[in-house]
This record gives sequence, C-alpha cells and structure tokens, in this order.
Amino acid sequence: MALHPKPVPAHGARRRRRSVIPWTVAGLAVMSALGGCGRTSDLKLSLSGSSTVAPLAAEIAKRYEASHPGTRVDVQTGGSSRGIADARTGTAQIGLVSRALKPEEANLQATTIAIDGIALIVNAANPVRSLSDGQIRSIYTGSLTNWRQVGGADAAITVVTKAEGRSTLELFLEHFRLDNRRIRASVVIGDNQQGILTVAADPHALGYVSIGTASQEADAGTAIRLLPLAGIAPSLENVRSGRYPLSRPLNLVIQPPAAAGVPPFLAYASSSEVNDLVEAQFFVPPAP
Amino acid sequence: MLKPSSSFHRHPDRPLLWTLRLLSAVAALIVALILLFVLREAWPALHQLGPLRFLHDPGWHPAAGGADAQYGLLPMLAGTLLSSGGAVLLAAPLGLGSALFATSYGPPRLGGLHRQLLQVLGGIPSVVVGFWGLVVLTPLIRQWHPPGQSLLAGILCLTVMILPTTALLSEQAVREVPAESLQAAAALGLSRRATLEGVVLPVARGGLLSAVILASGRALGETMAVLMVAGNVIQVPAAVFDPVRTLTANIALELGYALDLHRAVLFVGGLVLMGVVAVVMALAASLQRSPGHG
Repeated sequence: MALHPKPVPAHGARRRRRSVIPWTVAGLAVMSALGGCGRTSDLKLSLSGSSTVAPLAAEIAKRYEASHPGTRVDVQTGGSSRGIADARTGTAQIGLVSRALKPEEANLQATTIAIDGIALIVNAANPVRSLSDGQIRSIYTGSLTNWRQVGGADAAITVVTKAEGRSTLELFLEHFRLDNRRIRASVVIGDNQQGILTVAADPHALGYVSIGTASQEADAGTAIRLLPLAGIAPSLENVRSGRYPLSRPLNLVIQPPAAAGVPPFLAYASSSEVNDLVEAQFFVPPAP
Repeated sequence: MLKPSSSFHRHPDRPLLWTLRLLSAVAALIVALILLFVLREAWPALHQLGPLRFLHDPGWHPAAGGADAQYGLLPMLAGTLLSSGGAVLLAAPLGLGSALFATSYGPPRLGGLHRQLLQVLGGIPSVVVGFWGLVVLTPLIRQWHPPGQSLLAGILCLTVMILPTTALLSEQAVREVPAESLQAAAALGLSRRATLEGVVLPVARGGLLSAVILASGRALGETMAVLMVAGNVIQVPAAVFDPVRTLTANIALELGYALDLHRAVLFVGGLVLMGVVAVVMALAASLQRSPGHG
C-alpha cells in the first residue's frame, strides 16, 4: 500500500487559484493597456550594466526625472559586460560600465560620470596594516597562506576573490598581473556587499571591493578596514588626484548614433549638478 | 466519472471539471515550456562544445575566451550532490525521530508545540538562514578548521532548511497509519517499540519516502543559503571543510554577468540540475511501487 502524505492546503489553494487567476489576468491586461498608453507620450531611457555604477545611475536618474517631467529612466544591473552587450544590441540605450573601454570596443562612446577605486580589505580586528604588491600576489596565488608570514597572527588567510565576469576581478587581475587560473581562493563572492559581509564575519579574511562601497560600510561601523596599496591610502583624495594606483572610470556607454533624449541625459550625468550624488556614494566626480 | 442518475448532478459538475482540466493542463504546460526554454538557451553550448566537454574539461573558466575557455561542470555537480546528500542524510533521521516522538512518545500538547515550531522553521526565508550561517555557523566551523565557508556549512544550512519538510511529512505519514492496525498490535500485546518497528514504519514507508524525496528536491534547488556559506570555490572537495560551489550557486553568481557561450553553459548547468531532480523523483517512484510492504 502506498501512503502518500496528503498536502492538506492543496485543495483550498486550488480553489483559491481558480478565482484569483482571472482577476490577475484582467489586472495585468488593464495595467499593460495603461502602460502602453503612457509610453506613447513619455520619453523612456533604459540603462543596464555594472552593479557598481547602477546605484549612482539610479540616484542621478531620480533627480533627472524630477527636473525633466515626462521622462522615465529605468536602471537594471547585470555587470559591465552586460552593459556593453546591451548597448551594442540596443536592449538598453545606455550601458553602465565600470572600466575604461577596451580597444575592441572603440566603436562605442563612453561618458565618464565618476571615478572609483578598488581597495583591499581586511577584518577590523586584523593587526596587519599594509601589504606589498608582491605579498598580495603571493597570497592570491597560494604561496603565502598564513598571516604570520606577513606580520599578523598565526592563522590561515581566508582569500576572498570575485566570481568570473566581474570588472572588479578583471581590474584586480590586470593590476597585479595575475591569471585567474592561478588564483587559489578560499571563498568566491558575487557582489561587493557579500564580500564585505564575508570579511566582516571572518577575522582572517582578505578581499577586494569597490572603495565606494567599502568606505560607506566602514563609516557605518562594519568591522572592516581598507588597506593602503603601495603605501597610498584608499581615500577619495588619492583617487581624485590619480595617485591611488587601482582606480577605474565609471562610464555610461552608448552605441552611436545616440537615440533621442540620450545626449541631454549624458550631459546631465557628467555635469557638476550631480557631484553631490557622486560624492554621497564615495566616488570621485570626473575632472571638469 | 460515475454515470449520474440525473442531469441535475451532471451540469454543475461540468464547468468545474473543465476548469480543473484546464488548470492541470496549464501546470503541465509550464513544466514543458520551462524545459523547452532551458534547452533552447543551452543549445548553442551543447551544439558547439558537445556534451563531453562538460565532463572532461579540468576547470571552469568560461569567460577566458577562445581556446583558453574551460567548461568543466563536474566539480559543481559534485558540490550539489554532496551538499544535498549530506543534508538529507542528517535531516531524514532527525525528521523521523521527531515524527515518532511527536506521535508516539511525547505528550500531545508538546507534540503540537513542536509541530508549530517546525512550521515556523519551515517559513524562514533562505536568505535569512544564509545570513545566520555566515555570521554564526561559519565562524564556529572556522575555529575548528579554517576557512569556515565550506561544504559542511552548506550541509548544515540545508539541513536546517529541509528538516521541517522531513519532520512534518513524516509525522503525517505516521499519523495516517490506520487505527485498526494499531489496535490489532495492542490486542496482540506488542510493546510500543515492536509496534513501531513491526507496524508503523512498514505501513508508513511510502509516506516517509515521499518526505525524504520532497526534502531532497528542495535541497537540490536551494540557492541563496548555500551561495552565502559554502565558499563557492570550484573544486571537488576532499573533506567537508573544503569550500564547494553548487550548480545553483554557479548560475546565481554568474548568470547576470555571462554572455554568449558562457551564458549557454550556465543553462547547461540548469539542465543538468533538472536531470538530477528527475532521476531522484524517478527513483522515488520506483521505490514506492516496489511490493513487499504495506
């Protein structure tokens, strides 16, 4: 005999679903009809790409919408490579890209709206105050594995790196002339936030994230510390002056010719009118 | 359907019957459509690389481009199977024990409270379990054996998440044992233990098996909690303290960032996952049909 557990709520749920579905369908139909009407009169800009640029782009978009009634700006995230691809295919009018364009992307047009740096971070309880480029390279390739070897406590280093496809990873690898296949990591993370959580929860972790996000979190009391790179502190001043070695432009990228409504937005996003938004996210406004 | 005695009965039934038919067709169609969609998205990778690359490639470097790219899915398949298998191995006996306690040994009032607690546990969102795992569980494991984010952390988080499924469904299965069987056992003078071993467990076998299968289905598909605590390093783990990446975590980590072939290979990962779930379900169905008990 077969005794199946009878999921008791199934019956009730099914009965409920029967009455809900027509309403849902009707609701969706009405909404899409209304949306369709609205779209004809409104100007809609779509942005997609880097998760580092997206929060800033969303803030700028909010202010732009307020000062330009009738314009709707839609921001989606998905990484810099997605920003490039979406701008190329026209899926989005503007791609968000957190690095300089590569030579093979020369047919695209980039507008820099801010500059960000990448900082090495450790747990606030870690006594190590700085690491040389050589030490960082050795740690990430697995030839240094204990904090004692670089002047810290006797504990294994938890090496935190980013998952494939992130521009933070690309920039980090390029700066330290590393090959991703040689990286020996203990933890692979997705976004900056997960990296900060991991390092804050692990006194022996070493990771790298956007200076913007890291400074914001460190100021809010999260248990992380930003390490200087080649003796230069990861501060906004040093990123602004160009002295900090591991920095990158945050770009809005379009495939020329620009669609209607796009050039004014690009001009607005790179103007000094949004400098306070850029600084609020711990990025540096581009030189005028 | 029974042949009704009058049209009076037949008419009110008909709209209901057709509505139910339509709804079940929609449910079946959704599964078919999802499978077709995943197949379509995975097709470029299956076609250009051939299925063997996913087994034989030594590493996973899908974004390397050109001849450098490697697409080995085996370490992630191992991560999925080991984390889910470990969690089921822990949650099944715990769930059965708790079910037997709640139905046969514990006082009824405590049993009710126990069930409510399990229901609350089952309602906790996976991201919360993951956060708890990251902040509480992994530091504990790290003190024992670094780096803490590991297969073990993934197994323990998954166990917490599927325990309510195994426990509540096992309890239901045990409760559905016919009262006549229990009365017969009592009339024969069997001890409580002998009743459990000789009557309750064999009769409830199908239900208990369903509980384990449903739980393993949930464990295989779980993404967020594992992503947060298992470390996500791509390797076949040599010990439970090694970090692993599951197929689901791999998709969640990379899909938003993947283009072209890389994206297609992630869908191959999804296809593999659906295959694993299908195999588990088929195994369960054949086990339940096997005669000899009940």
